[in-house]
Amino acid sequence: MSAVDIGMAGAVPRSYLGEEHTLSSWLFTRDHKRIAILFFISITFFFFIGGFAAALIRLQLLNPAGTLFQPEVYNRLFTMHGIVMVWFFLIPSIPATLGNFLLPLQIGARDLAFPRLNLFSWYLFTFSGLWAIYFIFIGGNDTGWTFYEPYSSNFANGHVIAAAVAVFINGFSTIATALNFVVSTHRLRAPGMTWFRLPLFVWAIYATSIVMLLATPVLAMTLALVAIERFWGVGIFNPVLGGDPILFQHMFWFYSHPAVYIMILPAMGVVSELISCFARCPIFGYKGMCYALISIAIIGFFVWGHHMFTAGISLTSAVFFSLMSFIVAVPSAIKVFNWTATLHNSRITFDAPMLYALGFVGLFTIGGLTGLILATLSADIHLQDTYFVIAHFHFIMVGGTVSAYFGGLHYWWPKITGKRYPEMWARYAAILTFVGFNFTFLPQFILGYLGMPRRYYTYAPDLQTWNVLSSAGASILAVAYVLPLIYLTWSIFHGERAGSNPWGATGLEWRTSSPPPKQNFPRTPVVTEMPYRYDPRNGSYTTQDGVHFAEPAFGEASV
Amino acid sequence: MFSGRLQEQYTDSSQQSETAQLGMWVFIATEVMFFGALIFSYMIYRVAYPEQFRLAGHDSFILLGSINQALLITSSLSMVLAVRAAKADQQRALVLLLAVTAALGLAFLGVKGYEYAQDVAAHSVPVVDYIFKPGEHRPTEIFWCFYFIATGLHAIHLTVGIALVLILMVRAAQGAFSADYDAPLEVIGLYWSFVDCVWFFLFACIYPLGRAGP
Amino acid sequence: MPHVWLPFWPKNAAHSASLIDRIDIGEFCLVLLILCFVFGMMLVFCMKYRRGSRAPRHLPNPKSWHWEIGWTGATLVAFLVLFVIGAKAYLYLYKPPANYQLELYVVGKQWMWKIQHPGGQREIDAVHIPVNRVIKVILASQDVIHSFYIPAFRLKHDVVPGQFETFWFEADRTGSYSLECSEFCGVEHAHMIGTVTVMSDSGYARWLEDQGATESLAQQGFALFRSYGCSGCHDPASTVHAPSLDGLFGSVVHLSDGRSMIADERYIRDCILLPATQRVAGYPPVMPSFQGQLSEEDLVRILAYVKSLSAGHSP
Repeated sequence: MSAVDIGMAGAVPRSYLGEEHTLSSWLFTRDHKRIAILFFISITFFFFIGGFAAALIRLQLLNPAGTLFQPEVYNRLFTMHGIVMVWFFLIPSIPATLGNFLLPLQIGARDLAFPRLNLFSWYLFTFSGLWAIYFIFIGGNDTGWTFYEPYSSNFANGHVIAAAVAVFINGFSTIATALNFVVSTHRLRAPGMTWFRLPLFVWAIYATSIVMLLATPVLAMTLALVAIERFWGVGIFNPVLGGDPILFQHMFWFYSHPAVYIMILPAMGVVSELISCFARCPIFGYKGMCYALISIAIIGFFVWGHHMFTAGISLTSAVFFSLMSFIVAVPSAIKVFNWTATLHNSRITFDAPMLYALGFVGLFTIGGLTGLILATLSADIHLQDTYFVIAHFHFIMVGGTVSAYFGGLHYWWPKITGKRYPEMWARYAAILTFVGFNFTFLPQFILGYLGMPRRYYTYAPDLQTWNVLSSAGASILAVAYVLPLIYLTWSIFHGERAGSNPWGATGLEWRTSSPPPKQNFPRTPVVTEMPYRYDPRNGSYTTQDGVHFAEPAFGEASV
Repeated sequence: MFSGRLQEQYTDSSQQSETAQLGMWVFIATEVMFFGALIFSYMIYRVAYPEQFRLAGHDSFILLGSINQALLITSSLSMVLAVRAAKADQQRALVLLLAVTAALGLAFLGVKGYEYAQDVAAHSVPVVDYIFKPGEHRPTEIFWCFYFIATGLHAIHLTVGIALVLILMVRAAQGAFSADYDAPLEVIGLYWSFVDCVWFFLFACIYPLGRAGP
Repeated sequence: MPHVWLPFWPKNAAHSASLIDRIDIGEFCLVLLILCFVFGMMLVFCMKYRRGSRAPRHLPNPKSWHWEIGWTGATLVAFLVLFVIGAKAYLYLYKPPANYQLELYVVGKQWMWKIQHPGGQREIDAVHIPVNRVIKVILASQDVIHSFYIPAFRLKHDVVPGQFETFWFEADRTGSYSLECSEFCGVEHAHMIGTVTVMSDSGYARWLEDQGATESLAQQGFALFRSYGCSGCHDPASTVHAPSLDGLFGSVVHLSDGRSMIADERYIRDCILLPATQRVAGYPPVMPSFQGQLSEEDLVRILAYVKSLSAGHSP
């Protein structure tokens, strides 16, 4: 595609990467694209720290006697895995990297509303993450990522307060980023970009940000109370002093259940983009998808009690929360059906992002359906706090979110770096992720049904077969996650140059050069079309600013 | 936030100013959830231990709390008048009203500090120095925990507010604001009113307890 | 029985396990059906509409609402059916039993289960129960939250410090089954395990005798009742104006703040530990709190004694 096509007469402007090369030009940048890269670096670091802990956990569980690590060490390992993965990888993963990079581009803005706040958010995030990791290395914390009371305030030994403070500060980072996204989506959309012309990724990030804004402060308050209680010995949640430990669970899950939607909603947004583009077909039921995202975000606030069905909450509230949990599954089911229906009457190419997206739909469906089993009150009595729950939420968060994250990363890699990644390796990585993932977590459903509780460093010998299978799968998964790190890094230096729109996609982010200039667009785009105007008959497409193109030569042709 | 320059992501200054205000409203929404979580858990215990909370609430200093309530309401008035002065281009009145707002905020903190001293003298500090009065049991300590956490957090918010108003005052004295450009005043004004509103709720939670009825 | 057919089906030794298994198997089948449907559709579409295929394509029809309403309605109805089935079973399993034949007092403590039988027999990390008897379990925790979990019964209940939790089960097969703690409770959480031995009536009777318990739980409670000075006020002969405990358990109590409650395990616990929070109407607030003075096991003994004062509540 020539530069003229995208409204740039003459020379292509300098990209945001080539603007300046000093360290301070990165550390003090206000450009949302550079901040996204900074987030990407921090998050990748934390991902591998958390993944390393996971690998050690699986190594310990190879042997039922659990002799590799002392129980104190094992408890710290799974706490570290949980805290790092939840707050320092999954929650910021898609929003802070892809969201930060793409949201302004997709709405046709020059930057986010508050660029300095955006940079501040990265500093808070990185500081809190390093803080958490420092305390993990000088002694750690053995409460599990859930900080359950009264264990965390009166019985745990370790840096509980330090961990709570890390999560507390991280919460500010989350709120700052979410605030930026909400305000930018409201105020900075390009002319003609109405709400129902927004790409689903923007809708997803918007819905996520609402959840972040309303849920995170409750976690902050909860952990502040835990830290105060542990420090001064007051009795807010301590039953000996008249407090109520179940209240802690209510407050904690009031955040932490919506947090699951913080993790999965952006992934749904990414996958909608990917499926539509590689199926060369408009997303099936666009408006339904928007409403589904918003209703998940809203109903998601009223299901937290399903983490407490066996905790002695009243029978009435258990029934209510079970009902709401089933209802929140309806919009998720709609999304799965709509993605599947998008594949009908389409023209599919199986490039790596599409493989990740298809993997996402499969794994998310398994995760969602096992969630139905857990939402069934009677089944939950047996399965609560067993490996069945572990497998279920890993299917959603790892099978779902991480697959979508990798898919999105590959899809937008040419836009972010201006380079193509090696397609063949990427396809292998995508397939390996799917295989390794199922290998790791399907046996855990069985372990859970057999009654293996979570957070056990040693277990009954007759469960060893399934644990060994799971650990073997984890080693495949580890390869599948390290592989992209290698070839994506390689592609930055040696990759083929990417054009401005290598996939022939319709979004505004593809209507500027790759990588985009600091100002994003040479001139403000004017939106005249719906998103996803692909034509499955011949693969042609119409971009959101109304230009029609023939199908690009990509997919199988480029391998 | 304090620079009058148009940032590159905006098309004009009214868009920039509206965006800043929306940002503050969204921030206030998160703050409502933050204080809401605290007040909600307070309510849970108040319902669980109604008589104990009445006993504990009776030991709070309602006169000091009421003075503070009056100080904060007045400060909100002066803050709003300051915004109006800016819109009317009355520079001297603007600086003066901001000074009054900050002074009222500081007075609140002064009274609050005195009240804390009284609480300490009455041995109402949980765990550290707490004496159960006749009929009081453990739950009264929980009341005082919430008292100190809630009023402490509110005082931190107010301190931030005073600092922001003082910065505004200095900038106003330099002539930074005018009828055309008053966005920071609007934004900080919103924040100030929010902090004021929080005190309404805290006052209702803490002081009237155990004072009504026979 | 599924465990005959499937290598990964746990042992089933209780009425509750059969009930939960039936629902779960139904759900697993439904889940597999939906999975096959979704995966099948995806597979078919991916093959049929791959880029190189000659399948005919038409311009997509933007109107999709009738499909969407169709599958929204279908999933909603299916989910509601699941909800009702699950909720019915849960209410049945988690409602305190009206009639039970035996009580079992369980105290969780880092990292052991202490079991007390009404006859005064005590065991650690082992539970002996008779088969085909409805057994009411009263759970208490000395420190943090534990969870009392018997996979072969498909039942668990969290053990929360500061309150008594109750639930029930009825084993229907003799044998020995594992008992686990499923809520993370500290360093040796994984070793907070034990065995549940389900015995025939005669075997159970023999086992009870062999334990050599000399005093029943209620008798032990009575001794504590006197040594802590409770009898000074609550004894019928006492001059202090205090509520009588005869026939208290299970009766309706009117409180000074206008509430009325049924005197169950939780109520009696709160009366002993947090007397200020629920004062009986018509009595002066003179009851001191025993918070921090009584261990959970002693509390359980006193509870058993108070219960023994009500006819029909001392099995």
